[in-house]
Amino acid sequence: MRYIEPHGHMVSRTTDDYEAMVYAGCAAVCEPAFWAGFDRGSVEGFRDYFCQLTDYEPRRAARFGLPHYSWLCINPKESEDMVLAEEVLSIIPDFLGCPNVLGIGEIGLNKNTRNELRILERHIDVAAQHGQLVLVHTPHLEDKLKGTRLILDAIRADGRLVADRVIIDHCEEHTLGLVLDRGHWAGITLYPESKTTPARAIDMYEQYSRQNLWLNSACDWGRSDPLSIPKTVLEMRRRGHRESAIEGLVYGNPVRFLSQNPRFQLRLE
Amino acid sequence: MTKQQVLDLYFMDARSKLIDIAAFLDRLDRAEGQPDFRAGEFRKALEWMQSADQERAKGVLLSLSDPTTEPIAKAPGKGACGAWPGPGTEEGR
Ligand SMILES: [Zn+2]
Repeated sequence: MRYIEPHGHMVSRTTDDYEAMVYAGCAAVCEPAFWAGFDRGSVEGFRDYFCQLTDYEPRRAARFGLPHYSWLCINPKESEDMVLAEEVLSIIPDFLGCPNVLGIGEIGLNKNTRNELRILERHIDVAAQHGQLVLVHTPHLEDKLKGTRLILDAIRADGRLVADRVIIDHCEEHTLGLVLDRGHWAGITLYPESKTTPARAIDMYEQYSRQNLWLNSACDWGRSDPLSIPKTVLEMRRRGHRESAIEGLVYGNPVRFLSQNPRFQLRLE
Repeated sequence: MTKQQVLDLYFMDARSKLIDIAAFLDRLDRAEGQPDFRAGEFRKALEWMQSADQERAKGVLLSLSDPTTEPIAKAPGKGACGAWPGPGTEEGR
């Protein structure tokens, strides 16, 4: 079964993970910019990271014939320092011309602070000015509901982004409906403990939407599983979903969203 | 899926998780000292398990969520603990 991994932090994964993903049917991987697990000290740290996302990492993936795409931003965990955030925002346009860049992301909120919200609005502005797709991270655990509402309102208040060119990721049962009601795409993240299991993800797919929805592993440096999408394929088969429906969710849907940027090209197509 | 199929596929897994939760509550009771707000929030969320509502997962998530709507002045840290401590607290404002 071919699938797309639309949200994987491959800089923190091993080369063996790339190989395993390709064996499992991965046809493309997309990597949003995120937090390194520690705060970077300067804008130059971000410049190096953006070079890694746009140059080194695509070459590492290419060794396995795997197309690698990336998204750029300063993540909300580092947005409390607004001086640094503005410096990073100023260098993002330098990288938007790179051939593997799909848009601005993963932007969003973490603890739902005023500074985070201000930097989110600045990213929305950059995305609108440059006509970029947007990938949004929603906060964790107890902060997710409030953060999702604030994010949706910030996008609506700006008014320049086209709703279906924005995907709001890490949705769960209490936020998925809010996101889809605004006309955005929704992401469900298969991640142990803090997000969803394959069973819950397929429950949501069955209840809410089979269209504007993607699954991702968000595999990173935390306990996470780069093969969680193929494992969810097994979950769907156990429930008797047809192969065409399964491929629609794990391949067709992400291809449909990502192809809104013509840079997104798959091999053999 | 039929109800029978759901039971065949998921009963053993759910049974195991149910016993884990029971054992966690027992462990918490046996332990010394006073629990923080998470213990009470967990028990409140548990009430959704016996609800006749068909959106129990959503109910549990809402029960453990910060219901406020205004952004806070400053992040108390980067992490989240899984439950909302309530208004007027360090994390909850
Ligand atoms: Zn991520």
